[in-house]
Amino acid sequence: MNQFTLAAVNFAWLPILPLIAVTLGAMVIMLVGPGIDDEDSAGLGLIALMTVLAAFVLTLFTLGENTLSFGGALALDDYSGFFELVILVATAVTIGMSLDYVADERIAGAEYYSLILFAALGMMLMATAGDLIIIFLGLETMSIAVYALVGFLRRDPRSSEAALKYFLLGAFSTGFLLYGIALVYGATGTIRLDPVRAAVATDMASNPLLLMGLGMMLIGFGFKVAAVPFHMWTPDAYEGAPTPVTAFMAVGVKVAAFAGFLRIFLVHLGPVSAQWSAVLWVLAVLTMSVGNLIALVQSNIKRMLAYSAIAHAGYIILGMAAASSHQAGGAILYYLLGYSFTTLGAFAVVIALERAGEARDRISDFRGLARTHPGLAAAMAIFMLSLAGVPPLAGFVGKFYLFSAALNAGLVWLVIIAALNSAISVYYYTRVIVEMYAREGNEIDVKRIGARPALLLSIVAGVAGTVLIGIFPQPYMGASASAFAAAAGRPALKTTAMLR
Amino acid sequence: MTPISYYLALSAILFAVGVAGVLIRRNVIVMFLAIELMLNAVNLALVALGRRIGSMDGQVIVFFVMTVAAAEAAVGLAIIISMFRNRDTVNADELNLLRW
Repeated sequence: MNQFTLAAVNFAWLPILPLIAVTLGAMVIMLVGPGIDDEDSAGLGLIALMTVLAAFVLTLFTLGENTLSFGGALALDDYSGFFELVILVATAVTIGMSLDYVADERIAGAEYYSLILFAALGMMLMATAGDLIIIFLGLETMSIAVYALVGFLRRDPRSSEAALKYFLLGAFSTGFLLYGIALVYGATGTIRLDPVRAAVATDMASNPLLLMGLGMMLIGFGFKVAAVPFHMWTPDAYEGAPTPVTAFMAVGVKVAAFAGFLRIFLVHLGPVSAQWSAVLWVLAVLTMSVGNLIALVQSNIKRMLAYSAIAHAGYIILGMAAASSHQAGGAILYYLLGYSFTTLGAFAVVIALERAGEARDRISDFRGLARTHPGLAAAMAIFMLSLAGVPPLAGFVGKFYLFSAALNAGLVWLVIIAALNSAISVYYYTRVIVEMYAREGNEIDVKRIGARPALLLSIVAGVAGTVLIGIFPQPYMGASASAFAAAAGRPALKTTAMLR
Repeated sequence: MTPISYYLALSAILFAVGVAGVLIRRNVIVMFLAIELMLNAVNLALVALGRRIGSMDGQVIVFFVMTVAAAEAAVGLAIIISMFRNRDTVNADELNLLRW
């Protein structure tokens, strides 16, 4: 019954070098870390940064490969390459904005930077997964590291509370995802993603095990990407976490979760898309509307950005509801790229305002920033306008591609609702700009940004990404489209389970 | 041989008990126990389905799930302790510093 066909297993080591590099870097930091005082943890941060840079270069070398490695457990294609690059950039920018923050808050640098790298490893694994086990392992490697990162300010009750809420709901959602994996395995007889697609392409559309599994996985991923009604943890976790970790969650965790979500649903469960696209329709409407409406009344910038992140997840789910058209897939990847740079930049500005032990995360703290720090204010204005979808920034172009792909798929009402939502969102994004440019009185004193070069670089990277991706969309759009096509276009393997 | 539906039904019941526990109980440690119950319900389903399908995958995933659950327990209990030191409570209803 159980013959092992080892001949079919192919080990391609070269394409997983980026993953190995990140792992080694995290281990080196754990080894040298204990000998270093918390005040001079910037050196550890630089090691982490070097690691990410090395992994980035290695990933560039692996682009263009299209192999299934380790018996199909890892899918190394341009899709995984694209997401790995986005995740590595997000990690690098997060480390950049952490350098001074970690030293100021007296956070233990060794643990902090190694956990960031381990979380990045989990994210990259999710992007490369060719197998339901790897999806699960990547998700957990990422999540467990991030649970700890959220609670890193141990003496701050808000940080512990955020970590506990995130942990409980995260572990709860993992249970659903895992149950979904078990049921899909039961229905299709395999955990490798390509055979899953081959299996569901036959007459599986009404298989009760498969449908239940689909629903359960949808709940699990819904939690991770913060889709309404599975979003309750998001604002609390984002507000309580140390701000660089919030940025990492808003970008890295979300991008990685979408990488797994898109690969499983659009690519491998694409043949039964009729069974789940209606659910995604509802999910998209709820997520966009609830996110945008609650964001209107927030007075805390981190909470406002949390609801904004929820709303943006809604736009992306709208793209997924357009089912497996390649156009929609490419548009989603492009949107995630633009969203990443913009959101990272916005959080970097929030960090620039903070002082050791003092959060300064109310929107009113931005009052008069344009007079005292015109550069910071201008950067924040660019990020807010991009999130609101004002041309020619990345956020606008992303929404344009996404909505037109959905229109082509015939989702007229969904696009109308999304456009209305986008109009609502302009109100709360411009509120920040109004505070900075039109209001005066009790400005807060901001530590000189020139003395914090890493943070400055993070903000500059955010601005550059937001503007360049928006003004010259063609190359990025092309890369996104071909990355998605690499995952969607691979001929499904006809062999079922490898170990059979 | 016991039909597979028995195992799947037991697994579904255990999973439902776990979900109910998370939703109803207010002590975070008990909620965490309920989550572990959910994971073990899935393990039962995986083993049963693996045997039915005749592939090793189902059994192999269970090892990974147990390992991950152990790691999750370590981090989770640490977070609960950190919470208890700050607030002197493990009651989920008293986690109310962060709210809109």
